[in-house]
Parts: sequence; C-alpha cells; structure tokens
Amino acid sequence: MRDIIYQYDGTFNGLLCCIFERYTQKERPTAIVCAEDAEWSLFETRLVVTDPAHASRVARSLRRISPEVLPLLQRAFLTCLPDKELAICRFVARLYREGAPYLSRLSDDAYQPLLRAVRNLATEAEHLRGFVRFSVYDGALGAVIEPKNRVLPLLRAHFCERCRGESFFLYDRTHREALLYSGGVSRIVPLDGFEPAPPDAEEAAYRRLWRRFYDTIAIRERENPRKRMSDMPKRYWAQMTEFQTEDAAALPPDAP
Amino acid sequence: MELLDKLTILADAAKYDAACTSSGVRRGAHDGMIGCTSSALAGCCHSFSADGRCVTLLKVLLSNDCSYDCKYCVNRRGNDVPRATFEPRELAELTIGFYRRNYIEGLFLSSAVLGSPDRTTERMVEALRVLREEYRFNGYVHAKAIPGTSSELVTRLGLLADRLSVNIELPSEGSLRALAPNKTKQAILAPMRQIRDEVVESKTELVKYKSAPRFAPAGQATQLIVGATAESDRHILNLTESLYKQYRLKRVFYSAYVPVVENTLLPALGTKPPLLREHRLYQADWLLRFYGFCAAELLSEDEPNFDPRLDPKCCWALRHPEYFPVEVNRADYEALLRVPGVGVVSARRILVARRTGPLRADDLKKLGVVMKRAQYFLTCSGRLATPLRLSRAGVLASLLAVERAALPMEAGEQLSLFAPAR
Repeated sequence: MRDIIYQYDGTFNGLLCCIFERYTQKERPTAIVCAEDAEWSLFETRLVVTDPAHASRVARSLRRISPEVLPLLQRAFLTCLPDKELAICRFVARLYREGAPYLSRLSDDAYQPLLRAVRNLATEAEHLRGFVRFSVYDGALGAVIEPKNRVLPLLRAHFCERCRGESFFLYDRTHREALLYSGGVSRIVPLDGFEPAPPDAEEAAYRRLWRRFYDTIAIRERENPRKRMSDMPKRYWAQMTEFQTEDAAALPPDAP
Repeated sequence: MELLDKLTILADAAKYDAACTSSGVRRGAHDGMIGCTSSALAGCCHSFSADGRCVTLLKVLLSNDCSYDCKYCVNRRGNDVPRATFEPRELAELTIGFYRRNYIEGLFLSSAVLGSPDRTTERMVEALRVLREEYRFNGYVHAKAIPGTSSELVTRLGLLADRLSVNIELPSEGSLRALAPNKTKQAILAPMRQIRDEVVESKTELVKYKSAPRFAPAGQATQLIVGATAESDRHILNLTESLYKQYRLKRVFYSAYVPVVENTLLPALGTKPPLLREHRLYQADWLLRFYGFCAAELLSEDEPNFDPRLDPKCCWALRHPEYFPVEVNRADYEALLRVPGVGVVSARRILVARRTGPLRADDLKKLGVVMKRAQYFLTCSGRLATPLRLSRAGVLASLLAVERAALPMEAGEQLSLFAPAR
C-alpha cells in the first residue's frame, strides 16, 4: 500500500472530508496534517479540499450509527491528543466495521485514548470555569487563559450565562483565539496577541482584597501543598490573581 | 477601620468552617440580575488554599464580636482578639466585586452571636436582603442559622439563602455541656428540624406553583469537630447516619480540631490536628452516601475507631472474605461498588463495557479501576486478577504498602534508604 499524507484545512468538516477521501480512494493515510503546519515530507502528500456535501454525508452516516458519535468526535477534535486526526479516523473505521455496539467497548485501543482525551478536555474546562480571573477594564471584563486543549467552545455557554448583561472577552493565548461576548451575542475569533492593560485603582484594590482573603482563609496548621497542587495544577497559577504579587500584576506578563 | 483589615479579621475568624460548596441548586440567569449558579449540580471550585481546601465562596463572618464563651472557639468573649463587623452594603459590594471577577461562586455568611441569636439573625437577614434585593445578586448564598434563633427569623433567612446550616460542632451532649455552656442540644436540633420541614414544604409548594418562594433549595448541612473531645469514630459515624436519614442533611462536614486556645478540657496548644482521622471519616461518609454502606457495617463496638493505616472500605473487605472474590463480568452494580479500588464511575463503566464481551484484567485498568487495591478482590471470567492466591495477612500487607505511599509522614514508619542506623 502506498504511503500518503492528507493535508486539510484544520476544520472539523475538513477532517470529515479526509474520512470521505479515505473511503472513496480505498487507502489508509499515514498522517493527516493541517495544511498550515505541514512540513516537507518524503511521502506523497495530497491536499483534501473541504466539500460541505462530502462532510455532511460522513456526518449523516455517523448519526445513523448513534446520535452520540458526532458530539464525541467534535469534542475529540478540540483536544490536544497528539495526531488526533488519525486517532479519530481509526476510531471511525472501527465504528463503521463493528457498528453501534462498538460504542460500549470502552477499553478498546482505538476508543479509550479518545475517551481519555475528551475527559481531559472536560476536566480542563471544569477547572477553568473556576480558575479564570477576570479584570475589569472600563466596565468590561477581560481574562487570559493558557489551556492545553481548545476549551473556549466548552466555556462559552457557562460564561455567557454567568455574565449575562455584561461584556467580556476571554483570550486563549495557547491557541490564539478569543471568546467575545457583548449585548447577548458571543463569538469565537482568531486573535494574534493581546496584552492586558494595567489595572486602575479600583481593580488593584479588588485584587489586593482577594489576595488577602486567599492568604487568610488557609489554616496554617493544615498546610498541604501536595493536595493543593493536585487539585489546582501549577500551570494555571500564572494567570491567577492570588499568585501575583502587586508589582507583577501591574506589569504586562511578558515584561522582564 | 479599612475594608482590607475588616476582611482579614472576619475571614480569619470564619476559616475553621469546613463547608465551602455551591452544589445542589440551579439558579438560572435573569435579566437585570447579577450571576447564576449554572455550573451543574456539582458546584464549582474557584481556588484551593494553601491547606488544600477548596475555595468556592466568600467565607466570612458578619461579625466576630461574640457574647458566647464556647471554650473551643477563637471568637469567644474571653479571647483578646480584634473585633470587626461588616456593614450590609460594604459586604454586598465586596461579594459582587469578587463574583464579577470570577473569584467566587457566592457568599458564605456566618456570624458570632451579637447579643442574642435573634438580634444576630436579624442583622444577617438584613445583609442578605440588601445583597439580594438592592444589589440584585443571583449567585449562591450559604447562611448559618444560629442555634436558639426564633423560627420566624430562620424562615426569613431560608428564603434568602440557598443552603442553611446549623453547626453541631461537638458530637455529644456531654461535650456540649462541658465546652459550650451557652448552647444546648435542643437549641441546635430545633432549627434543624424546622429547616428540614420547611424545605420539604417548599418543594411541595413548588410542584403546585412555579412562583412559590424557595426555601433553602440546596438543603442543609452541618459540621462536627473531630478530636476536640473523646467521642469515637463509631459515635460520630452513627450520628452522621442519623443526620442523613432523620434530618435529611445534604452534607455533614468534619473539621479536625486545631487547638486555638489553652484549656484543660481541650487538647494542648501545639497538638497536631487529627487530619488523617478526619480523612477516614470523610471516606466513610462517602461510603454511606454513595456506596450503599451503613454505619453498623463499618465499625462495631469491638472496633469503634478506623484503622488509620487503611481506608474504611479496604478494612471492611478484609473483614468479610466471604463476600469476595466478586466476578467482574456478572456481579451487579451494588456488588461492584463494594470492591476496594472500584468507584461509582468505574463501576458504571464496567456495566457498559461488559455488554459487548467479557472483560479482562487489563481492560479494568483502562476503565479506571485502581488495580493496586482491586486485584485481590476480583475475578475476570473466573480467573483471579492476581495469579497468586494470597493469605489475608498477605493482602493486608500489600494494601498497607500501597496506602503508605499516600499517607502523610506522621502515619506509620517511613522506610528510607538513608535512615540512621539503629
């Protein structure tokens, strides 16, 4: 069998078209890569053009097997699972072969990694629902996060409901996109960079109050750094008010 | 006094309360109101303090200026500490400011007794009314009902709060008499009964009328102090069980006693809080609520305390060899739940995964079963997960080794390559 690499446009529909291509061409791609980060390779490379008609045919076939499949794959597509495209492709191939009963084989090698990645995504979103720290800039709320997975679609409904009647933005620095919400409408847009402005007096005062509360509420005799770290991994700390000193909070995060 | 200093005093005075959850209620968002409690029924942790406890709510006292003299308490009248009291508007603004920035999910309001229980509760009701009605706050509110408060005031408090709690603190009448002379068992149980009845009543009303007022929709909770007095684990667990059954509590919290005061009736200052004991009680509490165990199964008159070295479920399993091994591919959900190393989630996954074919030992690991513990108690299609059949003592030794790694230094002897020669 020939070794072939698929390039696609990095969208979920594009990935469905790769699945379509795989079956119409009767071949097995060795890799599926996003056209933007494709590297020069010895293998034959083909650009799979995203055709909405093809994508919806694949989607329909999956929906016929079970209504749970597409939501699962859409979530898997947001995870940071290495080679997630190929993993999704392998899973779909097994699913086509074995039908709906395959969905209960939770420990299968083509299924379990996907489930674990999706669970990991859900955990990260759950963490961030709590750990996001907004600042008030001229009446609007703004926050920066650095998640491993693309969590913004999962945080969207939660923060839009919580901050109803406000305007806010949530910038995902890892994936360079932002969730914007204003006047009851939310959008997720690509955004190349964002540096938070220094806090005004009121904002600085609230940060100080929160840091003081956080430090006071801990019982010294019960200190337990291991538990704190397992419940709130250190990678979140950089963006959390309670771990910023007053001076550092006033400076942009990348300043020396 | 500056707000920063007030917050410091009143948060410091409230920190020994273990409860900090926003679970059990859903408040949808409304136009013109601030916030909602939409993070599902499980609650939402916004931070974890240095002691590893979850921070969900702005946990403060309305005032720490107490007229009572409970011996175990930092805020007792006889103690020389700075005193402060929040103004209702000040507290409301602080809550909203924190809430908007996503620091917290809501407010946890408790208070020292200002003169009398009624007077205190009146001021709490006023503070919550300002927060809810004037500042239109729609997030979570947990309020303490002070023992001895009149029932009208408890009702008004419950209509403003999502959850109410009355702290029992000392788990027996004798301890209460000795250490909290201003409180009586009756004064504590009366509001608990009232809250139980009003919650039920409000739920029935809500079925009939959508707009009926909601009384403490997230139910009630309480806290027991562990280690200040001599009660056994068995006594505490039996009390817990009856609180869940008779008073329909949502949660019972345990708080390892941190000595804050020198008194001959109490552990000396500098005594380490019994954290491991508290941990074992929480484990047992989970077994009662989610695993179908009852208190009498876990502890008996001969063994009134938990073995600190091993979790209560493992202890139970070792005492009941007749129950094991459990066959993974056939056992029902309840039987699976009783296996050490199998939890609610992994038991459910087993039920799903075995539909398509028999499970093997390596499948179980992928389903999230902790095989370090479960291996001694399971068979997969008749085969033991561990090929060796071990004696009870052998299993105990292996389980202890697994557990020791997770225990804090104080428990059990730590093995070290560099231990000084003896």
